Amino acid sequence: MEVMLSVLVGVLVAAAVYLMLARNVLRFLFGLILISNAANLTIFTSGRVTEAAPPLIPEGAEAPVGLVANALPQALVLTAIVIGFGLFAFALVLAFRAYDALGTLDSDEMRVAEPVEDTK
Amino acid sequence: MSWILGLPIIIPFFTAVIAFLTKERPSGAWWSVLGSLLTLIAAAALMVVVLQEGVVAAQMGDWPAPFGITLVADLLSAVMVVITGITGLAVAVYALADIDEAKERLGYHALFQVLIAGVCGAFLTGDLFNLYVWFEVMLISSFGLLVLGGSRAQIDGGIKYVALNLVSTIIFLTGVGLLYGVTGTLNMADLALAVDQSDQKGLLTVIAVMFMFAFGVKAALFPLFFWLPAAYHTPAFSVSAVFAGLLTKVGVYALIRMFTLVFDHDIGFTHTILLWVACFTMVVGVLGAAAQQDFRKILSFHIVSQIGYMILGLALYTPLAIVGAVFYLVHHIVVKANLFLVAGVAQRLCGDTDLRKIGGLYKSAPLLAVLFLIPAFSLAGFPPLSGFWAKYILVKASLDIDAWFIAFIALAVGLLTIYSMTKIWGEAFWKPHPEGVEPELRAIPRAALIAYLVPIAGLATLTIIIGFFPEPFVQFAERAAAQLLDPSDYIAAVLGGGT
Repeated sequence: MEVMLSVLVGVLVAAAVYLMLARNVLRFLFGLILISNAANLTIFTSGRVTEAAPPLIPEGAEAPVGLVANALPQALVLTAIVIGFGLFAFALVLAFRAYDALGTLDSDEMRVAEPVEDTK
Repeated sequence: MSWILGLPIIIPFFTAVIAFLTKERPSGAWWSVLGSLLTLIAAAALMVVVLQEGVVAAQMGDWPAPFGITLVADLLSAVMVVITGITGLAVAVYALADIDEAKERLGYHALFQVLIAGVCGAFLTGDLFNLYVWFEVMLISSFGLLVLGGSRAQIDGGIKYVALNLVSTIIFLTGVGLLYGVTGTLNMADLALAVDQSDQKGLLTVIAVMFMFAFGVKAALFPLFFWLPAAYHTPAFSVSAVFAGLLTKVGVYALIRMFTLVFDHDIGFTHTILLWVACFTMVVGVLGAAAQQDFRKILSFHIVSQIGYMILGLALYTPLAIVGAVFYLVHHIVVKANLFLVAGVAQRLCGDTDLRKIGGLYKSAPLLAVLFLIPAFSLAGFPPLSGFWAKYILVKASLDIDAWFIAFIALAVGLLTIYSMTKIWGEAFWKPHPEGVEPELRAIPRAALIAYLVPIAGLATLTIIIGFFPEPFVQFAERAAAQLLDPSDYIAAVLGGGT
């Protein structure tokens, strides 16, 4: 299972890097979604994939009985998904505003903040 | 006394709520000033506690480390929080004059306070995943501040800033995941022990390089700094100043923390990379600045260049070099934020920051000229200002280990820094205004003028104090560096059942 997940992470990262190398900002953002999901899967896999019971403590006991799943990576992934979603929403709106204000989504043509004449 | 650790985070968050509720009223800005003042007082109190009791740690929700989230302050954290408080207060006062009503209505002060909370949180946390969360708090509020107002240049700079910082965030997160997979813990003190005991040193070095990349983007190291000069000259001057002072320094702080506490298992490899990166950062930054013709763009490239000095101190990894890095960090935040504040007043007077279009400020506004000279010469390393001592310690540290070439680069970059500063001086202050305008400070309404000049003068005074009385500051940096190089106090405070 870990091997499969690792391969999946690799495929996701490869696809993401391909998308992020594009000049179009929207493609870059799609790449960003893929790679952030790859990061989340990495955390999940790092916590070891086991066939175990849910990490619930029976009534009256101090600690869970028997083999239980590792809950921490799932909590981390959940946090990362929420944060990543918020940031992505912002980035998407920013890209839309950029298209509105600059008339392009091609990063090579975005030269308002760093005009070409400055480099001469 | 460990409850005091939470205050520099809680106060700005609380202030942000009040500032958001009062954003339509003129009192909103004053709430921000009050909140910043309280943050500074809390930070100073924290500093006193740390000086008296050594490293202080607090476990959130009373979950013992390494299971819960730990807040911890050693001398480095404490001084960073204090300097954040000082910068925050200076910029909050400056914002009274600099931020117009339209930006206030969009929630400038609330975003600013959240940013300060994020910065303080990043300095105080003792948990790696929690550090990630504080980075995100900082990042999202900085996104908002950067594009607030929505001019075309801001949107353009914002895209580059957002894109590259999000990449860094994801690499950071992946590094956190892998590190957890190898060591099974994310508490920094616990990580320090786990990394020492681990037998997978090769894998840990790979993870260390991932962290180096992630924090390197935040700190604007070569070759990862391109987002900084693309974005920092576009927003309001208050925003530029607080970004320039604090944001990249959080990246530097994270590098110093991780590469003294956790990743010290293969110094020959990791710190050699850092050494070369630091040299390239210094040189490329200062050359970039030399090519620019805009007040703020020159200053932005100088941030990059100066970051190189701090990382140089970390990379040399001798006790004296770490002292230099800590001293540089503190001195630089004060000076750099101040230079951006001066740029704001120059823009208000002349209507532009393009050096080709402005001039004559020495004749028409001599007070501003003096207030520019102090941080500018300090940045360039003129004795007896604070930058001289910072550079002196680092150069001496590199000479002590016979790193002649490194010392030469540090000195040569200092010389080029003087070139840039004299360029700003010559163009903006010395030469006559191209259109014959003689903008005087009196042209600014009195209340706004006070709000502009008081923070600038305050930070300049601090620069002079550090410059003329460096002894206590150096001694403090020595103590902070000793704690960094021997983290046993830090680890004991976190894991030893701190209350």
